[in-house]
Amino acid sequence: MQNIVSLKDVNVAFDGETILNNISLDIRDKEFVTFLGPSGCGKTTTLRIIGGFLSPDSGTVSFEGKVINNVPPHKRNVNTVFQRYALFPHLNVYDNIAFGLRVKKMPEKEIQKRVAEMLEIVNLRGYEKRSVNRLSGGQQQRVAIARALVNRPRVLLLDEPLGALDLKLRKEMQTELKAIQQQLEITFIYVTHDQEEALTMSDTVVVMNKGDIQQIGTPVDIYNEPINAFVADFIGESNILDGIMRKDFLVEICGREFECVDKGFGEDVPVDVVIRPEDVKLTDVNDAKITGVVESVTFKGVHYEMVIEAYDFSWLVHSTKAAELGSAVGISFDPFDIHIMKKMRKEA
Amino acid sequence: MKKTLISSPYIVWMIVFIVVPMAMVAYFAFTDGNGNFTLEYITEVGQYSNIFVRSIWLAAIATVICLVVAYPVAFILATMNKRHQSTMLMIVMLPMWMNFLLRTYAWMTLLGNNGIINTVLGYFGLGPYKMLNTQGAVVLGMVYNYLPYMILPLYSVMVKIDKSLLEAAQDLGCNSKKVLFKVVLPLSLPGVTSGITMVFVPAISTFIISRMLGGGSNLLIGDLIEMQFLGNSYNPNLGAGISLVLMVIVLLIMTIMNQFDSDDEDRVLI
Repeated sequence: MQNIVSLKDVNVAFDGETILNNISLDIRDKEFVTFLGPSGCGKTTTLRIIGGFLSPDSGTVSFEGKVINNVPPHKRNVNTVFQRYALFPHLNVYDNIAFGLRVKKMPEKEIQKRVAEMLEIVNLRGYEKRSVNRLSGGQQQRVAIARALVNRPRVLLLDEPLGALDLKLRKEMQTELKAIQQQLEITFIYVTHDQEEALTMSDTVVVMNKGDIQQIGTPVDIYNEPINAFVADFIGESNILDGIMRKDFLVEICGREFECVDKGFGEDVPVDVVIRPEDVKLTDVNDAKITGVVESVTFKGVHYEMVIEAYDFSWLVHSTKAAELGSAVGISFDPFDIHIMKKMRKEA
Repeated sequence: MKKTLISSPYIVWMIVFIVVPMAMVAYFAFTDGNGNFTLEYITEVGQYSNIFVRSIWLAAIATVICLVVAYPVAFILATMNKRHQSTMLMIVMLPMWMNFLLRTYAWMTLLGNNGIINTVLGYFGLGPYKMLNTQGAVVLGMVYNYLPYMILPLYSVMVKIDKSLLEAAQDLGCNSKKVLFKVVLPLSLPGVTSGITMVFVPAISTFIISRMLGGGSNLLIGDLIEMQFLGNSYNPNLGAGISLVLMVIVLLIMTIMNQFDSDDEDRVLI
């Protein structure tokens, strides 16, 4: 597939503070890409650069191979769904959606057809004359999406579009957005700080932190093979331990040596070891390499979340069976559940 | 109950200083010196229709000029860096700190035949031009004195417009001109109407500006009313009649104006 948007060596600083640090990124056509990271990581800034609302201090932004650094937003074949929707309060639903087409001086008849089509897609038929101020959050969201998509952009930018909705509605909209994206075959670039949302919807996830891209990959890759402790910690809950790579396929954690499936780190090298809470198994005290005491047990619906104190580390464990509070338990894990990562460079 | 209690001082104030005087104006307008009912003074107002027309005309011109000048200023103010906004606002308001009379006097010395402007023009062999005691001078005085009253309501409405709406418009294909006409203008209409009210109403009833800058030949309604109470042609009943007619005219104009943003939720003034 062809790249539709490319960023190369993009730098942005506000008041001397680095917001984006040499970002390079290729986005393929018809892909659902998510920028994921904590607030202040630069994900919205990256989106604004693609939208044209911000120009980078250095580096290039290209659209279908052409550099568009100096192209203003209104001349880009890109539309945006804004964080708080930014619907025009003086216009009704129909006029909001028709706005972009009217600016382009499209014949009113064609506009009518397209708006009706969009209302169908976002499930808002019959709301044409409604004032946007009298819509619920979810409905406003749909209008915002329709208003952007009606222009048939090559790329749709979405800036935390579901942030203001309640959990149930979020889930529904996630499914719907993904369905719309597949139906219309448009590239979606989506910004969120919600890892679950990113994993559910995306073809590609771009994990960002402090203006740097940490990892780019499919949701499965990012979850199963996080490149460093930050990604591991941000994507789902993790136990991140200090370990020492004794040699290939052998790592020392908590003073015990474990078989693992990673190699190439060298010998006796300090590493971060990540073990997902659902991969930790509780065993009998007698046949475990690591033993600890159950500190807390919380019922989470599908599973129990337990904290087990062992070797000065609080292990987070997810299990469908609860251990008894205060009891001694053994901890074990399979070699392929041990993820070894290079130590993160110390952040300033 | 508590709310009415708290507002009672203002209600008393309103009754004593607004409702009662208005009733008195109406009473004087419809009675003669002996307290008998008459329409004589109301009909007499008709004789001064040329002054009414001139007042409305000059006030309207001044209001339009104020709007044209103030709108971009307010927009620039509202979109500029927050830190500079308060400084710029202060500069806009600065002339208002100076006494109204003094400001208008200053224009007399500027515009006079031997005034500063004509003197400077004289160095270049131009003029002197008759600037003082013209209708132009009156309009200039109105614009100068009332401009801040147009800028402030426009600014306060514009500063509340969500900046992401402007970005959304750009995103949907608007260049800056279209952003202005399709989004900023419709959303700032409440500010436009209240700005027009704040300028038009004092401008139509002013008498100091017309007296000082318009000479004797450009009488406005304000001057006419003043003459009925303080001048040689003392006639409070006619003065009250003129005031009443003026009030009705202003109310009519404002009602028509408010139709333009009648579907707006938060109405401003009247």
